[in-house]
Amino acid sequence: MTTVDLTQSSVRELNQALHDLPNDATGSWEINGAKGEHAIAVGIDAPIDVAVNGHAGYYCAGMNKHANITINGNAGVGVAENMMSGRVHVKGNASQSAGATSHGGLLVIDGDAAARCGISMKGSNIVVKGSVGHMSCFMGQAGCLVVCGDAGDALGDSMYEVHIYVKGTVKSLGADVVEKEMRSEHIEELGNLLSEAGVDDDPSNFKRYGSARNLYNFHIDNATL
Amino acid sequence: MCGIVGLYLKNPSLHNEIGKLFAPMMVAMTNRGPDSAGFAVYGDEVSEGVKLTLQHETADYPWHELQAELETTYGGNVKLEVHSTAAVLKINANEEAIRSYIQINHPEVSVMSVGQSIEILKGMGLPVDVIARFGLEGMKGSHIIGHTRMATESAVTTEGSHPFTTGMDLCLAHNGSLSNHNRLREELKREGVKFNTLNDSEVAAGYLAWRLKEGDTLKEALESSLDVLDGFYTFVVGTKNGFAVIRDPIACKPAVMAETDDYVAFASEYHALADLPGIENAKLWEPEPATVYTWGG
Repeated sequence: MTTVDLTQSSVRELNQALHDLPNDATGSWEINGAKGEHAIAVGIDAPIDVAVNGHAGYYCAGMNKHANITINGNAGVGVAENMMSGRVHVKGNASQSAGATSHGGLLVIDGDAAARCGISMKGSNIVVKGSVGHMSCFMGQAGCLVVCGDAGDALGDSMYEVHIYVKGTVKSLGADVVEKEMRSEHIEELGNLLSEAGVDDDPSNFKRYGSARNLYNFHIDNATL
Repeated sequence: MCGIVGLYLKNPSLHNEIGKLFAPMMVAMTNRGPDSAGFAVYGDEVSEGVKLTLQHETADYPWHELQAELETTYGGNVKLEVHSTAAVLKINANEEAIRSYIQINHPEVSVMSVGQSIEILKGMGLPVDVIARFGLEGMKGSHIIGHTRMATESAVTTEGSHPFTTGMDLCLAHNGSLSNHNRLREELKREGVKFNTLNDSEVAAGYLAWRLKEGDTLKEALESSLDVLDGFYTFVVGTKNGFAVIRDPIACKPAVMAETDDYVAFASEYHALADLPGIENAKLWEPEPATVYTWGG
């Protein structure tokens, strides 16, 4: 176990030490004194375990590859943004743009996520045990967004192929978003995600939303080669 | 960018420590606003007349001569307290009369605030330097609002620093930018609101001052501003007894709040709240878009 106290050393030193690890490194890191510092544990490329104790600032666990990162507190704007793989678990609430543009991996948020959760997500899975704010999954391209609470205005606006599952109410759907049938493959996909995230719930309690594929980009006549 | 911080004390026994609690909050927002900084502190209320905060670009301005002149003109005692380039004067006079007297007879002096409780102190430079210049750490009061500026739409000057005021005991700090401020400024001028700069945030302060003068409560004035102001904004607003927060309908600019039995605190980033006493057990939340939050009057 490697312990780092951010009241004693800088975030830059911490991230450099994490980047210096070989790609097959294992082991655990404990990061104390987060106190809202930005860019904690960003750009890791090794299958290590990291615990961040305290509330994190912006972009915590951004660009993560392979690591299993737990934030024992709230996370600021853009937690796990552009994550490639691995797992990021926020024990508290997350601010806006959680998991923005993330390509892979699993982001679990125990509390609520604010606006624009999963904006432009590109293949990751995001499970929010609470509710999400407005414009969540805006322009979402691939992956799954699971919301166990409620969703705010304009859910999935201008989205592409993300599977959105919401258990509670949706304040309003975004442009070109419709409710879709929960087929057996969706029940299975959602069941697996809920169990991976540690949520004990029946997938049949959720509704699925997705793109009606009517916007400009979905018309073959508008394709440019 | 820009950073905003605010602290409203619910527990009066902390009034003596407001400056000490607030100074680190300002410094924590340096990365969001290194160009200029300022704060509006509410306390040391005058029961009669008004309290003025005046500023001159030099630290050796003859404030005592101005004090003597005002005593002759208005009669009675004028109390004077000097903080670097700023002076706080307590005078038994009417708000509009004293404001225009200073503007006509002493155009070299800027009127930063007028009210019974408010003092606005602001200037160019890093937050750590501005707060040291004005002695923030030793200040007392019930609530305080601060701003660190990264200038975008108007020049880096003392006048263009926040917080802004255009009415008695009113102040507003803004993170964001307004897109319809030019037209709104002209409309408000026709209603008699006076402006000192071309800054967009001053227009928002002017709008609120006008609505309050027309009889709106602070909550009503802020709710109507959602329809009138176009652009991106998180505002923190102070009045003599009140403290309010509002974000634009898409919540473009960041905001986080903390509340305990002792205080309500606001910051652009959690970082600025991290050293407040009892923050570990405070209720922490992000204000909802297009929702008015108020405390006090």
